[in-house]
Amino acid sequence: MKTKMLLAGVTAGVMFAGSVLASTLDDVRARGKLNCIINTGLAGFAAPDDKGNWTGFDVDFCRAVAAATLGDADKVNYTTATGKTRFTKLAAGEGELLSRNTTWTFSRDVDLSQTFIGVNYYDGQGFMVPKALGVKSAKGLDGASVCIQTGTTTELNLAEFFAGNNIKYNPVPIETNAEAQELYKAGRCDVYTTDASGLYATMMSFDNPSDHMVLPEIVSKEPLGPVVRHGDDQWADIVAWVLRAMMAGEEKGITSKNVKELAAKDNKDKEINRLLGKDPLQGLSKLGLSPDWAVNVISQVGNYQESFEKHLFPLTIKRGMNALYRDGGLHYIPPIK
Amino acid sequence: MSEKTYKPGNYPDLPPPPGTVGVYGWIRQNLFSSISNSLLTIISVVLLYYLIDGIIGWFFLDAVFDADSKIACRKIDDGACWAVITRRVGQFVYGFYPEAERWRIDITFLTMFIAFAPLLYPDIPKRKWLLYFSVFYPFFAFVLIMGGYFGLQKIEYSLFGGFMLTVILGVCGIVCSLPLGILLALGRQSNLTVVRTLSVCFIEFMRGVPLITLLFVASSMLNYFLPPGTNFSILVRVIIMFTFFSAAYIAEVIRGGIQAIPKGQYEAADALGMNYWQKTRFITLPQALKISIPGIVNTFIGLYKDTTLVVVIGLLDPLGIGRAALADTKWNGLSTETYLFVALFFFVSCFAMSRYSLWLENKLNTDKK
Repeated sequence: MKTKMLLAGVTAGVMFAGSVLASTLDDVRARGKLNCIINTGLAGFAAPDDKGNWTGFDVDFCRAVAAATLGDADKVNYTTATGKTRFTKLAAGEGELLSRNTTWTFSRDVDLSQTFIGVNYYDGQGFMVPKALGVKSAKGLDGASVCIQTGTTTELNLAEFFAGNNIKYNPVPIETNAEAQELYKAGRCDVYTTDASGLYATMMSFDNPSDHMVLPEIVSKEPLGPVVRHGDDQWADIVAWVLRAMMAGEEKGITSKNVKELAAKDNKDKEINRLLGKDPLQGLSKLGLSPDWAVNVISQVGNYQESFEKHLFPLTIKRGMNALYRDGGLHYIPPIK
Repeated sequence: MSEKTYKPGNYPDLPPPPGTVGVYGWIRQNLFSSISNSLLTIISVVLLYYLIDGIIGWFFLDAVFDADSKIACRKIDDGACWAVITRRVGQFVYGFYPEAERWRIDITFLTMFIAFAPLLYPDIPKRKWLLYFSVFYPFFAFVLIMGGYFGLQKIEYSLFGGFMLTVILGVCGIVCSLPLGILLALGRQSNLTVVRTLSVCFIEFMRGVPLITLLFVASSMLNYFLPPGTNFSILVRVIIMFTFFSAAYIAEVIRGGIQAIPKGQYEAADALGMNYWQKTRFITLPQALKISIPGIVNTFIGLYKDTTLVVVIGLLDPLGIGRAALADTKWNGLSTETYLFVALFFFVSCFAMSRYSLWLENKLNTDKK
């Protein structure tokens, strides 16, 4: 009986302690900075410029969340993580947000107890060939030698794709991306395969990028998105709606240039009014955000299109699947009502 | 035919026949002593010419030292594009440490030499006073680098990077692992079972596990044992792991030194009535450490270079900064320049360590002279 009482007391104590733990938003506000976990360097997604400021598509999203929650996109502490350490860093609380081109999979979502809040970039495995090879489709790669990183999902995808299409290929196993670049440049393999965004970045590092092309076939699904820890729905909602606000910005034609102007006037499209804080947005106070949150995001970081064009167009990455649904892409966001 | 005659014993030293001494003689003897050697020499000279011409051309003559991007570099000349280094030299040295606060790193680095001088060079004047500074230095360096006291701005560890990070990890690891290694070596030789067993376990465990595994433990596992939100900086965790790892190796190196001391030395010490600590302090360690210098420095150089492994847990050492620079679309593809620069830095520091150890060996090598 006594032990039971004790147990109950301890349980109650733990629960109480759990309930008084500050929310993620409060932590961020108290610190005055958002801790964001990013890539150690991936062209277009996260890389420091010459001044030491991190820039890139994934970095922009960190900045957007900081703009929404703290009102200032520059209030971000960047913590770099490799593919192996990113989830433990998030789980250990070294960051509130993981914005590091992370593929959304079942086991990562469920088994690792984290929340994928959406997709900000649809990627997939592609093939790069020299134009001189004269191949227009991956189905024409019969007998080609393919540079492939061992021990990755790409290896399996490749085998499945070629077996499914009944074509033969010659795998050239390599360890790192840098090694693959050298082998490919030296003509040791006809084809290099990895995620399409990585292919474009690799291509840009060549002296004559226009001599190479990425084939139209994409053979795997790699939906990349920001991740937060399980257990704080308010924070997950904030992060999710910041992403949606950026996409809504593109959908409604709100850009960093005209957002202040649109926020000041009464727009015909009431959704713009609600997004920019002109008309009340039911439930916004539950997120703990101020009415001008979306204005801060779009004015300081830009909408989805601006961010995409700024960081990924230089790599000659096209919108493709990453266009809005009305332009033939996959980005379709819930209405802001 | 007039041959001069000399009295016995007064025959002067005649100059050697022409063509056997001086530059000409050396060349003839070493490079053109036979037809095949002459051919080899000529071929080598031609090859060397092209090689050196190409290297100097790429490194210096055709190189671009300042430009806005790789494309701009290529427009100017087709040699190395050192602009990626010159434009980012601050990042390579200080990582992301705020520019306005970088003087703190400079001072810490310069005073490090003052702090190390009395430890490394026993003959230095005013050594005693300098030693006080050496003892005080770690606190001084910590406060200056991390900030947060005396009105200094607090700097987040995530901003650390570049050569500064390598030096911090390397120096802390080296300085902490030597005393720990000595203790472990003594512990392993101890008559006390508990001490000996603990030392053996520690050494064998640390030597039996790859450093990269320990780094993953530092970055991931330790987090699970600590309550979330505790800011036990990853830098400290990594330094501890480096120290433990290198201490295990140092311990074995020093054990080798201890075992090389003739048994007569211990017996003489016992005969003089010395206790354990006196024996260790005056007989064992001075001789053992002297013998172990090459091994110790070897371990230190290894440790110093192993600091680049922190890249795998997401810390940006010079190699990481280099890779990040390559991820910038402006500089994408300049891997040769970046890696050469990082290699040069490591070569300079490791070569300096190796030279110092040679100097120290010669200085202490009194019995063999």
